[in-house]
Amino acid sequence: MIALLLRDLRLALRAGGGFGLGLAFFLLVAVLVPLGVGPEPATLARIAPGILWVGALLACLLSLDRIFALDHEDGSLDLLATAPIPLEGVVAVKAAAHWIVTGLPLTLVSPLLGLLMNLPPDGYPLLLASLAIGTPALSVIGTFGAALTVGLKRGGLLLSLLVLPLYVPTLVFGAEAVRRGAAGMDVATPFLLLGGITAGVAALLPFASAAAVRINLR
Amino acid sequence: MMPDLGKYAFSVLTAYGASLALLGALVVLSLWRGARVRRLLRDVERRQGRTDG
Amino acid sequence: MSIWEYANPKKFMETSSIALPWAAAGALLCLLVGLVWGFFFTPDDYKQGSTVKIIYLHVPSALMAINAWLMMLVASLIWLVRRHHVSALAAKAAGPVGLTFTLVALVTGAVWGQPMWGTWWAWDPRLTSFLILALFYLGYIALWQAIENPDTAADLTSVLCIVGSVFAVLSRYAVNFWNQGLHQGASLSLDKEENVADVFYFPLLVCIGGFVLLFLTLVLLRTRTEIRVRRVQALLARERMA
Repeated sequence: MIALLLRDLRLALRAGGGFGLGLAFFLLVAVLVPLGVGPEPATLARIAPGILWVGALLACLLSLDRIFALDHEDGSLDLLATAPIPLEGVVAVKAAAHWIVTGLPLTLVSPLLGLLMNLPPDGYPLLLASLAIGTPALSVIGTFGAALTVGLKRGGLLLSLLVLPLYVPTLVFGAEAVRRGAAGMDVATPFLLLGGITAGVAALLPFASAAAVRINLR
Repeated sequence: MMPDLGKYAFSVLTAYGASLALLGALVVLSLWRGARVRRLLRDVERRQGRTDG
Repeated sequence: MSIWEYANPKKFMETSSIALPWAAAGALLCLLVGLVWGFFFTPDDYKQGSTVKIIYLHVPSALMAINAWLMMLVASLIWLVRRHHVSALAAKAAGPVGLTFTLVALVTGAVWGQPMWGTWWAWDPRLTSFLILALFYLGYIALWQAIENPDTAADLTSVLCIVGSVFAVLSRYAVNFWNQGLHQGASLSLDKEENVADVFYFPLLVCIGGFVLLFLTLVLLRTRTEIRVRRVQALLARERMA
């Protein structure tokens, strides 16, 4: 499984596209929103947590269709399905690789974009923490969406339509944690709920994703 | 016969109109597609000389 | 004699052809009686004025929008466990019906909210979760449309329906946490205090019955269409082989 993880990471780095693209998109969102909303610091500070979370979510969405598409095209997905490790494990590893390539860098650059968005100082550690806890859930849920649409020619738009409603709880708790923190309120509840979603999703969804991949390969 | 709806007449009538239009559209679409498919099935069955089912 | 006999398409077609006219007539009768009763013969509410009449559309459609998803969930489970094609097709047939009910609930709610809350739309938990429910319906229908192989489509949409149900419930609690609402509590709970007054209650019950029967009628009708589509495809495939 570690070999598979390394292989996926290497492929993602070499292919380039997905890795930089997500980050660039995230940056674009943080630049475009102030241009659209206006430069008043107070307004930006108020909407910063939400915008950054929505940006992270959309950036994550961009690279989802690549999770299985390339492996499906060249047939290595069929090989993985018949490999000795269970398909659930393969799917979980794919989600982990996706997170390392998109979620992790997004989390790391988010304080920089918080600066652009004039986030209050208290918000930074919370933004970092909530993205670190929440983005794995985005990757795992996204992998499920990608698994549903593996066999489709034009799955991109459909994938977004399927995945976005599933992102709602993660988005609500993630952004709420930062918002409450920036307003100086207690943040334990949203963080616990966010962690609960990530843990639950990571434990259960790979089974659904693996089932979907099996159906698609049949 | 028309009840006096008072100042909210517009809201009430819009709600009823829109809902009935939506439901009506769904019913008409379902019936229309049902009839088309039934005709298609009859044609195919006749062509193949099958009448069962 | 067991309920699974109706999973045979032929048996289903025979039974549903008898049941369909009755369900349709019942739906028409209940809706006609309930809506006419509600629209023409109930008093105005002392606070809401005549807008209270919207309840006869709003509450039943909202109720059935959720029940339609539940029915899809059960049908999906039956398909996954017992592989009855009729079950999968019934779930497919229910999707657009559920979406329409969701839209009716949203539209009537918006039209009612405008004079009462002073806004067409508020990001209230109940409203927001209904919008999310509409998105779930859209995704479900789109997935059915996108996949060509019927068995693959049935399998994948069933998996989506099950996962979606879990997330729909999660979203419901998430939005509750996110914002306190304007929306009133249950209008149908057995608790007398919270309930709507009897004058509004009885026509409302008739309307709910009408919506249940309407849902049944539409699902039966659309399932029959889907079965016929499947048969046409099978016959055409055989024709090509010969």
